[in-house]
Amino acid sequence: MSVISVRGLRKSYGGNEAVRGIDFEIRAGEVFGLLGPNGAGKTTTIEILEGYRDRSGGEVEVLGIDPQHAGRAWREKLGVVLQSSSLYPNLTVRESLRTFGGYYTRSRNVSEVIEIIGLGDKADARVRTLSGGQKRRLDLGIALIGDPELIFLDEPTTGFDPGARRAAWETIRNLRSLGKTILLTTHYLDEAEQLADRVAVLRGGEIVREGSPAELTSASAETEIRFRRNGSVIVERTKEPTQRLHELIHEAGGAELDELEVRRPTLEDVYLELTGE
Amino acid sequence: MRLWIHELRIEQLLFWRNREAAFFTFFLPVIFFLIFGSVYGKDIIKKEGGIKASAFLEAGMIGYGVAATCFAGLGITLVVRRESGVLKRIRATPLPPATYILGVLGSTFVVFMIEAFLIIAIGRTLFSVAVPNALFSLLFVLALGALAFAAIGLGITGLVRSSEGSSAVINAVYLPMAIISGTFFTPKGYPSFLRVIADVLPLTHYTKLTRDVMIHNQHFWADRGAIGVVALWGAIGVVAAIRGFRWQPREAT
Repeated sequence: MSVISVRGLRKSYGGNEAVRGIDFEIRAGEVFGLLGPNGAGKTTTIEILEGYRDRSGGEVEVLGIDPQHAGRAWREKLGVVLQSSSLYPNLTVRESLRTFGGYYTRSRNVSEVIEIIGLGDKADARVRTLSGGQKRRLDLGIALIGDPELIFLDEPTTGFDPGARRAAWETIRNLRSLGKTILLTTHYLDEAEQLADRVAVLRGGEIVREGSPAELTSASAETEIRFRRNGSVIVERTKEPTQRLHELIHEAGGAELDELEVRRPTLEDVYLELTGE
Repeated sequence: MRLWIHELRIEQLLFWRNREAAFFTFFLPVIFFLIFGSVYGKDIIKKEGGIKASAFLEAGMIGYGVAATCFAGLGITLVVRRESGVLKRIRATPLPPATYILGVLGSTFVVFMIEAFLIIAIGRTLFSVAVPNALFSLLFVLALGALAFAAIGLGITGLVRSSEGSSAVINAVYLPMAIISGTFFTPKGYPSFLRVIADVLPLTHYTKLTRDVMIHNQHFWADRGAIGVVALWGAIGVVAAIRGFRWQPREAT
């Protein structure tokens, strides 16, 4: 069953086309990553799906409903983390969750959510005293308080230190294991590789590649073979690394290939190749 | 209704927690009343028909209070919330937008009522100003002021672009307005160019209403012209709010 279905989605601002006809489906329980550089159309796309922006063309269904005409019942099933933190600075963590929890007919237990986001020792601290990473975790907590089926995460770990990022990943993996469907935008490749079941790479408002991180890396970029000959480093890229390696070894005639390395492409290589950065 | 009460309670918590805002919108009119009341409260204002200055000031401070609480405080709060993304965040929840706005307005009204009560109580105990007789008319005037100035406060949010600029712009509007409208001093001694400005300002007509009711014990409908001007400004505020009120911050892109 698809939770999100997007067909031919377009959005233009004035004469400028930010999204130029994209298609994708997200199935229940899937973590889907929208990848792309700044200005590729990630936030425009996610905000159309969240119901914040009207589209210029195409068909969109989120939880079976067109977000442009969605109402309260639809919002009950949705959790949203915006790109920048959006909190009341003078409330405590607990009060913030209670505040937003009160907007839902069926909300999660506040203490449980505090546990999930790992702010147990900050539960009664004012939001203004939290660090950037802690505020971001509270944003995530507020997105979870209504026990949503579908969660939108717009660059949830931007600005995190490595430890905080790993903690956030762990939280997101836990949500996935609870069967939540998650749409994530990020420009961190490792994040998409770690979390997403499937990713779509956006560039200039178009999807240039879509698939699982493994599919993308195996189908797209070439394997790199690197070694040293006569003092200089030779780098070759090939789609048939075994074949090419065989040839190289044959050419060398039993001599050692110094500092031989064979490296499979990472999602980062694919991404850089696709986005032309 | 359950949601509205939930929102009202949060708004009350948020208002009293934000000490700076509570000081400028709630306590400042009270403090000004204490200061000016002590300075010239015992004077008799001949230009206003020989009434006691403390009584005149008390009714004026209700007017200043409505501008501070319902116009300036509400406007600044909503701009700050809009620019920090809180309003946008709330739009993604099942809370109906109208319930949210009504919760914010209800809370503002509660604050203003407490303020008015406090000012009247101080007038009675410290400056021996009689408690107004026409209580029903007083309630009507307080409600009219809260509604009209809150509408103008909602309307002005569309004209303020940044959170940093919100208190600068709104204070630049309401502080001169409070002085020109004669909340502190009788405008009858003002030079004519100021009186011309005063004549179009809603607060001038509003303080006229509060003084009619509180000092002269008139019924609220005695001065329909003043009610009309205040209501007209409120209507302008409603139109501006419908056209200009936004839930989302200004886009960075």
